[in-house]
Amino acid sequence: MTPDVLVIGAGPAGLAAARAASRVGATVALLDASDYVGGQYWRHLPASRAALDQSVLHHDWSSFLALRDEIEGDPRCDVVTSAHVVAIDGDGVHVLIGASDGRDRERRVYRAAAVVLATGAFDRALPVPGWDLPGVFTAGGAQALAKGERVAVGERVVVAGTGPFLLPVAASLGQAGSRVVGVFEASPASRLLRHWLARPWEFGATPDKVGELARYAWGQLRERVPYHVGQAVTAIHGDDHVTSVTVSTLDSSWRPLARGSRTIEVDAVCLGHGFTPRLELAIAAGSRLSAQRFVEVDADQRTSATPYFAAGEITGIGGVDLALAEGAIAGHVAARGRADDLELRHARHARHALVRFATRIDAAHAIGSNWSTWLTPATIVCRCEDVTFGDLLRVSRQSRATGLRSLKLLSRAGLGPCQGRVCGRSVEALLEVRAPGGHLTGGSTMDRRPISTPVRLGELATWTTPEVRKP
Amino acid sequence: MVTRLVPPASDPVEPGAFTPITITVNGESVSGVLGQTLAGVMLGANVLAWRTTRRQGRPRGAFCGIGVCFDCLVEVNGQRDVRACQRRAASGDVVVSQGAPPPREDR
Amino acid sequence: MKVLIIGAGIIGAACARTMSRRGIDVTILERGSAVGATSSAGEGNLLLSDKAPGPELALATYSLDLWRRLPAALADEIGNFTSIEFEAKGGLVVATSAEESAGLAQLAEAQRGAGVEARLLSVDETLELEPDVTPSMIAAVHYPQDAQVQPTIATEALLASARAAGARVLVDTLVTGSRRDASGRVVGLTTNRGDFDADHVVVAAGPWSGEVATRLGGTLDVGPRKGWLLVTTPMAHRIAHKVYDANYVGAVQSDGGERQFATVLESTAAGTVLIGSSRENVGFDADADVAAWGAIAARAVRLMPALRDAAIMRAYCGFRPFSRDHLPVIGADRDVAGLWYAAGHEGAGIGLAPGTAELLTALLLGAPTDIPAEPFSSLRPSLARAA
Ligand SMILES: Cc1cc2nc3c(=O)[nH]c(=O)nc-3n(C[C@H](O)[C@H](O)[C@H](O)COP(=O)(O)OP(=O)(O)OC[C@H]3O[C@@H](n4cnc5c(N)ncnc54)[C@H](O)[C@@H]3O)c2cc1C
Ligand code: FES
Repeated sequence: MTPDVLVIGAGPAGLAAARAASRVGATVALLDASDYVGGQYWRHLPASRAALDQSVLHHDWSSFLALRDEIEGDPRCDVVTSAHVVAIDGDGVHVLIGASDGRDRERRVYRAAAVVLATGAFDRALPVPGWDLPGVFTAGGAQALAKGERVAVGERVVVAGTGPFLLPVAASLGQAGSRVVGVFEASPASRLLRHWLARPWEFGATPDKVGELARYAWGQLRERVPYHVGQAVTAIHGDDHVTSVTVSTLDSSWRPLARGSRTIEVDAVCLGHGFTPRLELAIAAGSRLSAQRFVEVDADQRTSATPYFAAGEITGIGGVDLALAEGAIAGHVAARGRADDLELRHARHARHALVRFATRIDAAHAIGSNWSTWLTPATIVCRCEDVTFGDLLRVSRQSRATGLRSLKLLSRAGLGPCQGRVCGRSVEALLEVRAPGGHLTGGSTMDRRPISTPVRLGELATWTTPEVRKP
Repeated sequence: MVTRLVPPASDPVEPGAFTPITITVNGESVSGVLGQTLAGVMLGANVLAWRTTRRQGRPRGAFCGIGVCFDCLVEVNGQRDVRACQRRAASGDVVVSQGAPPPREDR
Repeated sequence: MKVLIIGAGIIGAACARTMSRRGIDVTILERGSAVGATSSAGEGNLLLSDKAPGPELALATYSLDLWRRLPAALADEIGNFTSIEFEAKGGLVVATSAEESAGLAQLAEAQRGAGVEARLLSVDETLELEPDVTPSMIAAVHYPQDAQVQPTIATEALLASARAAGARVLVDTLVTGSRRDASGRVVGLTTNRGDFDADHVVVAAGPWSGEVATRLGGTLDVGPRKGWLLVTTPMAHRIAHKVYDANYVGAVQSDGGERQFATVLESTAAGTVLIGSSRENVGFDADADVAAWGAIAARAVRLMPALRDAAIMRAYCGFRPFSRDHLPVIGADRDVAGLWYAAGHEGAGIGLAPGTAELLTALLLGAPTDIPAEPFSSLRPSLARAA
């Protein structure tokens, strides 16, 4: 498998990259683990379950249809769905084609002249007492179920966390028939105002859709959904599923104030505290990360590892339009398009403005330093391995270990089937402040995962010989 | 009643004709619609939890909905460790909880 | 007496515990995190089965006896710590060809002569012990003494015990060179965090020990021998013993020219199955290597076909401290006074750690050793020839 450009991930960034690469004449392979393209943002009903009008669920459905139709009709572009990238090594990109978590799937090794990584991000949810109860979902998960399954996660639902993304989630839930009894944004009003309203000319001057999307969702919701700032769901209650939540008013560091907490009866909770980029393939490719732990790219979206490019949320959280612009640049350059190309210039211009805006959103919705004050010793922090906050405190105190590997093995946090994807950042943060010396040493994080999606032993057993070695 | 499928008649997406399917979950029949994932079928039928955790035996179902958290692992047609939110359901699929006792005798 | 130990892997940790409990003033200097290198990147097998009669088996037998007593001793020393998961679950070495089978029977015979319990099993007896082993096996040997420990937790426990006895563990501290007196004796170390005084310096820097020795003016031929392991998702505990293919013994003893594979399977306390491993001398390259994983998987499926459907969620690699004659160096540098080594344990450093610590402490104190120390001397002929 030797296309000119291999694109991994068929969300907005990957689709834009594939289109741009093909438009300048390259042969392209576009891989996605799902059985259709669109990624998390354009998640929709599969072809086997047709619907007349999915545009009501999407802010810019027509852009997606145009993009998809161009790519799927493009003879130079090979769209490979149900493609699970297992690993990247010196030999190439190793892929299994077939059902998710299936067996005896087809093995392919891609060796492309250039690779665009567009693996996106997933919702981060901070641990909250009771967050492992059935009926608690990540905000993105609840939205995915609404858009991709037409399943409503509850009758009475709260959405809590931080970021502009909470609003479209609430809108999706409403469209699935759930009653959203509150959206709770943990950031205090003062910080939101400072960052959202600073330099308003940037707002107006950008073709930004993040702000537009928020305004759109806001318009949809204003009438029906109470939106609260400086408040958080700090405990979730129920025996075998959610029955109520405690909502607390927070100080600016997200510490619950003594007064001002109340209980709300709900049957589902959606949590979203920003996003975690999917970095494992970029790390396996050898790409350098930034201090904020995104993939570092240059003006051409090139990573530090040749021939890998990166676009979209793995380079920073900035919304769909930034992802489209980055993808267009990455695809164009990866396919060796002309440097003076008009579309490339447009994309660069858009990216410039959108990045500045994304930085402000990040600052407005930064996670408060004292969120952990809402944990109790019995709160699960690692969902896979049932590791509690108390377990972390105990192993840290007993061992005085400063190394993440030791702390993981002592507590088992991060060692479950999700491999720390859900708990990793939170566990690291909780351990960091408790380590003797105030920081973890050795520089290891939970982001390194040489196997990026599980593979059956029997499948791996057929991978003994690479077909051809790269020169 | 907690989770449910959006009733097609009132769904603004205006669903077209769909193909009903039936799977079994720990021996009980659960119906859904072709195109749903296993998690979608179960949630659509208000089955919220289908796994228990190894250490504390806590109930788990879907959480992230996009294949990241591995909370929703099930055994399907004899194969363990399948993410229910990623696998499209097929009529006749036999889903068994992981970490739970074997299904009850057929009634 | 003041001793500086370079490296907080299991060897440095075991030495620090033993020395500090004999009244020695110990400081460990570790450039990264404690247990951040080889000792947290392997398995925790404490094996007699893979060793032919000779000094390594003697050290392993001695160490295993110390390991058996460690859980109780550690409970006294540091109280309620996470379990080190010591378990004498026994090993099962399985031969799948006539040739392997003959070699295995021979080895077991010799080991029995050296006091190792090794019982030849029929196919039926083997399948009774481990029903998932391939029925196409030919013979197996059961080694009831083989045991295991969780190496990362064990190392942290050894460090906690050393600290409780007064030792210091300084992390983020990179040793850059030695300080000498007029006679050339090492009297301290230089680091990125300043200078340290010492009466003796112990290099326990794992696969970096050769490099560190050179930096300090000494001579030691120890470098990395890479190994990959695969980890399944948690499942019901299904493998009662450590199960190896008979090829394991050959790979352990090989000189590392080309890539070697030998299967080791075990269920861990956490429910995962660990599947090892590869051996190759390719420097410190930790990049993914799908062909190596594939070869490990292929052998594992052959030995235990029932694992075919197991989901592999992680692969990780480490660098065994490789010494040319497959024996660790435990003792003084051949030239430089005040410079000592506890390094080169290759694929057996977890198993050999407590005995190594006892030997080196006795040598430092000029006390008699419980087992002969000469075979581990840096002056031994097998190293001179190799160098
Ligand atoms: C895949 C694999 C499987 C294995 N399985 C087993 C098994 O089942 N049983 C068994 O007994 N053994 C096993 N081993 C071998 C065992 O892990 C090693 O022999 C043992 O961990 C070596 O310990 P160490 O303390 O010598 O080295 P390490 O654990 O590597 O410690 C050395 C330390 O020195 C530090 N250091 C290096 N240079 C400097 C410097 N200049 N300044 C300061 N600090 C420095 C390093 O950072 C490191 O922390 C396995 C190894 C591998 C790779
Ligand atoms: S939540 Fe911790 S490993 Fe999955």
